[in-house]
Amino acid sequence: MLRHVARRALIGVLIVAGVITLTFFLLRLAPGDPVEQLLGPAATAEQIEVQRHLLGFDRPLPLQYTAWVGRFVQGDWGTSIATGQRVAAMLGRAWPATAVLVLLSLSFSYILGILVGAIQASTRHRALDTTLSVTTVTLFALPGYWLGLMLVMVFTYWLRALPAFGATGLDADFLGPGARIMDRVRHIALPLVTLTLIGVGGIARYVRGAMLDVRAAPFVMVARSRGIPERQISLRHVLGNALIPVVTLLGLSLPAVFSGTVFVEAIFGWPGVGRVMVEAVRARDYPVVMAATTVSAILVVVGNILADFLASRVDPRLRAADGK
Amino acid sequence: MGNRRLWRDGRARFGILVIGLIVLAAVFAPLLTRPEPAQVDIVATRFLPPLSGDASGAFHLLGTDRFGRDVWARLAYGARVSLAVGILAMALSVLLGLFVGAIAGVFQRRTGTVLMGATDFALALPRVILLLLLTALWQPSATLVVLVLGLTGWMSIARLVYGEARSVVARPFVESAYALGSNRKRVLFKHVVPNSLTPVIAAAALGVGNTIMLEAGLSFLGLGVQPPTPSWGNMIASGRDTLVNAPWVAAAPGIALVLVVVAFTLLGDAVHDRITAPGNTTQD
Repeated sequence: MLRHVARRALIGVLIVAGVITLTFFLLRLAPGDPVEQLLGPAATAEQIEVQRHLLGFDRPLPLQYTAWVGRFVQGDWGTSIATGQRVAAMLGRAWPATAVLVLLSLSFSYILGILVGAIQASTRHRALDTTLSVTTVTLFALPGYWLGLMLVMVFTYWLRALPAFGATGLDADFLGPGARIMDRVRHIALPLVTLTLIGVGGIARYVRGAMLDVRAAPFVMVARSRGIPERQISLRHVLGNALIPVVTLLGLSLPAVFSGTVFVEAIFGWPGVGRVMVEAVRARDYPVVMAATTVSAILVVVGNILADFLASRVDPRLRAADGK
Repeated sequence: MGNRRLWRDGRARFGILVIGLIVLAAVFAPLLTRPEPAQVDIVATRFLPPLSGDASGAFHLLGTDRFGRDVWARLAYGARVSLAVGILAMALSVLLGLFVGAIAGVFQRRTGTVLMGATDFALALPRVILLLLLTALWQPSATLVVLVLGLTGWMSIARLVYGEARSVVARPFVESAYALGSNRKRVLFKHVVPNSLTPVIAAAALGVGNTIMLEAGLSFLGLGVQPPTPSWGNMIASGRDTLVNAPWVAAAPGIALVLVVVAFTLLGDAVHDRITAPGNTTQD
């Protein structure tokens, strides 16, 4: 077990190192220059040269690379070229907003998805199964940014019920504690519903498929022949076993959820990492892009390892397989 | 491969019909839409709601956008871009995945370990971040989007093919092929690749929908196909600004997008079920 964890951790470190290296060289080899963007078209070649020298961009690439890695490991994430703020502070402000959105939408979409998938796999009503299948495949096909726009159209422009921009209202600082919470809830409603809905379809489809697979297994027939009530078979034997791959799916879906938030944050002006990332890429803001990429790569890798670990907690067979 | 039985599956029928109709609309776009008038009175023709006619008597099935352009015409021409990008990118992924997976399966040992290690590594890279980087850093264009989507989407195909290849290589007929003097290259092309094609087709159908969605997403962020060339993604993006007075501009391409992705997903599901159905022998 311990050796397995160590091996996974080592592979994880290699992956993160690979992402960092790839991002660094992709960034530097691509056309476009943060200094030109910063100084604008009126800058002379001399001014650009001086600024590039100050930022160290005139040194050989491998040197810049090792220097960046050295500083990053020591916790110095540098200063944003575009905004002049500390990168760590920028990301530190942005992460909580993204984390809240990701955690809540993941929980809701897994609860809903497992529920819908389980109902589909257990029902004898073909019509209900078909209706839910049509619904889930449609949700699965919905692009998050478009669903977000449509929700804004209905709930913000037509019904005038919910705000469509940002995490708090302009007057948030002047509200009482109760009203402030309401303000938060109203702001997160649309982005959260968007992310949850686009997640539900895939999970429900997966759970339904997994449950139908398990239902065909011999031990289910044995359970049935022992006279165990159908309801109990569905819940304990079928659902219980079908949920094991779902736990792994949870870990694997982290990158997808993160990509979903990039689009949803762009739509709703949500002050999270996705928005920082998109803006930084546009401005060729090297330090910000590097730090944001590294942190999200680490999160994705940790998520995968956690999912593996959880799956082996749930399924004793996987633990036995690790031991050899 | 039992196409008639596939046709009996309602999902496959729906998928093929919708995809066929949209491909037809894309191919015959010039015939189905009226040519762009030489002079447009933008003020008079912009933001016309669906099913209305303008002063010159032209009928606008899906209304017009803020420049007085016919939304239906842009949708049909956008289908060309979106479908072509989605299908070409997926084809690139399939080729790469077949190549890597089949070679890793046939030359197991060291080559296989290295190739599948590389696949697992590529699978762990955050795809959207790569997409954002690649498309934002180079001049955005349809070609770049195809390359980027193709180069970041081959890994799951490679794993699928690797699994198939390993099971094919273990079968007696491959052993007899070796015994009869086939070399690995011949086994690769004559036995492994043809035998892995069916599951790859199912995966590819599922993948095309996803790829079209990603293309639209990149175009939506302004990093994909650039206006004025219409793609469904940049149409949604441009409709975003006029959501209040002309919701149809953003709604129409989104509905088209959902339809196409649903169609490809259902078709992929149906093909997948055909392959894995008990008693099915076409797979051997």
